[in-house]
Amino acid sequence: MSARENVAANLDRPLLVMYLVLLFAGWANIYSAAYDPDHAGIFDLDKEYGKQAVWMAISLTLGSAILLVRGHLFRDWANGIYAVVIALLALVLLIGKEVNGAKAWFGVGSFGIQPAEFAKYATALALTRYLSGLKALIDFRSRVISTAIILFPVALIMLQPDTGTALVSGAFILVLYREGLSGNVLLLAILAAFLSILSLILKESSFDLPFTDRPLSGPLFLLMVIGLIAALAWLVVRNMVIKRLRKRLYGYIVVGVVSSAVFIGGVDYAFEKVLAQHQRDRILVMLGQMEDPQGLGYNVKQSQTAIGSGGFSGKGYLDGTLTKFKYVPMQSTDFIFCTVGEEWGFLGTAAVVILFTVLILRIIQISDRQRSRFTRIYAYCVASIFFLHLMINVGMTIGLAPVIGIPLPFFSYGGSSMIGFTLLLGTLIRLDAERLSQLR
Amino acid sequence: MNFEGRKYVLIAAVLAIALIFVLRLFWIQVVDDQWKASAASMAERKITDYPARGFIYDRKGRLLVANTPVYDLMVVPREVKDFDTAAFAALISVPVEELKLRMTAARKYSIHKPSVIEKQITAEQFAAISVHLHSYAGVYGQSRTLRTYPPRVGGHMLGYLSEVDARKVAADPYYKAGDVIGVGGLEQYYEEQLRGRRGVRYVLVDVHNNIKGSFKEGRYDTLAVEGKDLHTGIDLDMQRLGEQLMQHKKGSIVALDPKTGEVLCLVSSPAYDPELLVGRVRNTNYGILQRDSIKPLFDRALQAQYPPGSIFKLVQSLVALDEGVINVNTSFACNKSLVGCHNHPTATSIEQAIQFSCNPYFYHVFDRIVERKLDKKSRFRDAALGLGEWEHRVRSFGLGEKPKIDLPSLKGGNIPGPAYYNRKYGEGRWAFSTIYSVSIGQGEVLTVPIQMANLAAIFANKGWYYDPHVVRAVGHPDSVQARYREKHIVEAAPQWFDHIQEGMRRVVAEAGGTARRARIEGITVCGKTGTAENPHGEDHAVFVCFAPMEDPQIAMAVYVENSGAGGRWAAPIASVLIEQYLTDTITRPEVVKELIETDLIAKEKFFRKKPKKPRRR
Ligand SMILES: [Zn+2]
Repeated sequence: MSARENVAANLDRPLLVMYLVLLFAGWANIYSAAYDPDHAGIFDLDKEYGKQAVWMAISLTLGSAILLVRGHLFRDWANGIYAVVIALLALVLLIGKEVNGAKAWFGVGSFGIQPAEFAKYATALALTRYLSGLKALIDFRSRVISTAIILFPVALIMLQPDTGTALVSGAFILVLYREGLSGNVLLLAILAAFLSILSLILKESSFDLPFTDRPLSGPLFLLMVIGLIAALAWLVVRNMVIKRLRKRLYGYIVVGVVSSAVFIGGVDYAFEKVLAQHQRDRILVMLGQMEDPQGLGYNVKQSQTAIGSGGFSGKGYLDGTLTKFKYVPMQSTDFIFCTVGEEWGFLGTAAVVILFTVLILRIIQISDRQRSRFTRIYAYCVASIFFLHLMINVGMTIGLAPVIGIPLPFFSYGGSSMIGFTLLLGTLIRLDAERLSQLR
Repeated sequence: MNFEGRKYVLIAAVLAIALIFVLRLFWIQVVDDQWKASAASMAERKITDYPARGFIYDRKGRLLVANTPVYDLMVVPREVKDFDTAAFAALISVPVEELKLRMTAARKYSIHKPSVIEKQITAEQFAAISVHLHSYAGVYGQSRTLRTYPPRVGGHMLGYLSEVDARKVAADPYYKAGDVIGVGGLEQYYEEQLRGRRGVRYVLVDVHNNIKGSFKEGRYDTLAVEGKDLHTGIDLDMQRLGEQLMQHKKGSIVALDPKTGEVLCLVSSPAYDPELLVGRVRNTNYGILQRDSIKPLFDRALQAQYPPGSIFKLVQSLVALDEGVINVNTSFACNKSLVGCHNHPTATSIEQAIQFSCNPYFYHVFDRIVERKLDKKSRFRDAALGLGEWEHRVRSFGLGEKPKIDLPSLKGGNIPGPAYYNRKYGEGRWAFSTIYSVSIGQGEVLTVPIQMANLAAIFANKGWYYDPHVVRAVGHPDSVQARYREKHIVEAAPQWFDHIQEGMRRVVAEAGGTARRARIEGITVCGKTGTAENPHGEDHAVFVCFAPMEDPQIAMAVYVENSGAGGRWAAPIASVLIEQYLTDTITRPEVVKELIETDLIAKEKFFRKKPKKPRRR
């Protein structure tokens, strides 16, 4: 067997090592978060760390197994896997177990499976397969199809409802952009985000119409400002732009004003009618519109207090006091990063952030060295997904992102997510190992 | 089109986010003190409330066991500043080196959490120490309670407290390392009732550990449940006198109220001062007591199994009379060739047989019980049938099985039935001639003292008993334990007991009776002496009795090991105790003095190491 075909020799060591480090560091951290000095048995299946150890064993087994699967099979099975996950997502709506108001779980004894956590893996495979068959993502039809591939599972997950997990699919926008989606779309998305934030910030305020006593609601005020800017732009165009281009620019201004108005109205409608009260509250807190330390901002304040109390070098492993006894909400799932912050201090949190950053950069680098288009796009999907999880999860615990319930890979308690990320990485490592022998 | 360059957008975004996060983390964790202040002001502590352990009272409401406060000195290593180790070591009277080791161990355990640096300081000592504590930051006292035994009696019966072992912690989630648990005696048997239930409170505390309020309105708190008191039937005066009378002797005293089954006194000798097993001296003393050659930790009243000796003749009489194999006027010659006896007139009635304790007489009685000619073809099968019926009846006297007393670790003795002998000799290979020594309470028959006292209660009640028990009520003094209100009727008609009682009266009252020394002026005592054969030395003496005959108030068994005949020491001890209990007076102080001073184990005590005296509080 030549070196080209020797898959074992071509496994990416740095990625493997980082995976194992994250897996074990994550477990050690769960152990600490759920640690009870009175009953310290490592494999107590009543405790989260005991269950997590079982999930870890399952993940390692699955991860090893996936390294044995021939690369082209992932491509062949991509749509099949996608279809199975879609079916599971539909099934969980029918026969799933309801936990915290979301029908997201298949229960097996005291262990639960959350199919939504596998959706990103399936979507990544299906999207990659579709995109790798194109030259570039430039025509309308391919954009619609790739958007549909992304949104189909998202819609099913929204029905559970599990907004956080659904939002993770936003990561695929980065993939589409990389594969040729116009930069304007990305820009428009950012602009839209800016507008909606602005309209929500102004939502609760009201303004007096200049020169009158009539109060004006925030969104209307915003529209008025946009109208003023448009009028100003109109004047500028009329006086300072050569005639040949004027007509086209007028068009842009009209389209801009109308779409802004529709968009602001849409945001307002969506905010009031689509979102649930707790989601509305979260957004408002995040935008600084509700300042209530014991109320809605409570989670974020508690989590920052826990992280901040760790100081430079932390309180020491198992010695955290705030991340025990329910002081921090969801301390072993969404807010697990607090335990790192409290017990390992800045040294620990920086190390975790840097480790994830290096992991993501390494994946991008791996993406770069592929001759196979399939592997390259897939790697990019994986990098984007990890990036989004890191950004949202760590961001929310330190008050830089809204509280959206998505896990920190390998750190948050939960078997489905651990298996999901293991599948993502395992598949990548196997595909990458064939980089010298296969061309797809 | 080539979109190769677009990957740099993602790379840039990743690096930008990472940089922002690290800067933000640096700000929160290192630069900005706001969050640390917030943590300090909102820190939440889990406080465990240990409910006071229940008290134990005697039958007149006098304390047998109570609690006394002690203090543990705790240290939180991180809060320790400018610590003068030498001065502190002197303050708490601990060697400097030892203190250093303990401080190191505390730091190793956790620098944030408190560790114990000195355990169980008495209230007086702590008062002296606490005035200096302000100069030792990070050190504070934590109060706990220890057991105390005001009358210092009843060590075996009461048990003691010890730290739970790892096995118990693993088996019972209630306990965690460092908790105390009752070991032996009532402390063990009534552990759950005595301990109550620990409570947990979550409170918010500030930097100075001052409690600022409950956490989330106590949503996660559990209330502590107070331990319940035990109201025993023990008579403290009698228990104390019993232990005095038995000092320098091996043996036991069990006294019951025959009407209720309540234990009036439960003495095992040699006894030990229960205070020896409290607090810091416990482990040392326990080791010494355990290695002691006279076995002070051995509870003879419940665990020592002896052959019942002549006292068993009373049971044999009842079985034989009830089966009809003899009548009250049956007479047997004292044929010493069958089994040894002393010189006495021929017994012509069951009363006389008891009074003279004639061995050949009961040889014949047991012969008739066993060989009833129920199976005419085989004397082996006949013996099995006869003995089977006998075993059933004898077991109804509460013999041959563990008494249902509310104390742990007790023995049940042995009543050998056909199954027992079939195992021992093989089926069809034994007959009366093999087992005749059972007739006079020797051989394979074994009983424990508590069973013998219960036997006395059965004689007193003419055929019934309640299970002997120490604790009358748990919690409220009137909440009598229902399970001890179940009357057991023995397999012998009440009329036969009249003859037994008369025989027992004569044993004490008539000239030639073996227990003349048990007589009390004005009280009719019924009794029977016995001798438990001891292959290792002088025989053990037993005396079983009840009084007064007309309306029995007390039933008792007294064992004195290696003292020969039961009449010599056991009978007078019983007599003194009966008088004490029934009249609350001692009319024969010279007898009491002689009994107390008699030392039957002087030789054995010579080489013993003395347990360490506990610090008195
Ligand atoms: Zn005789």
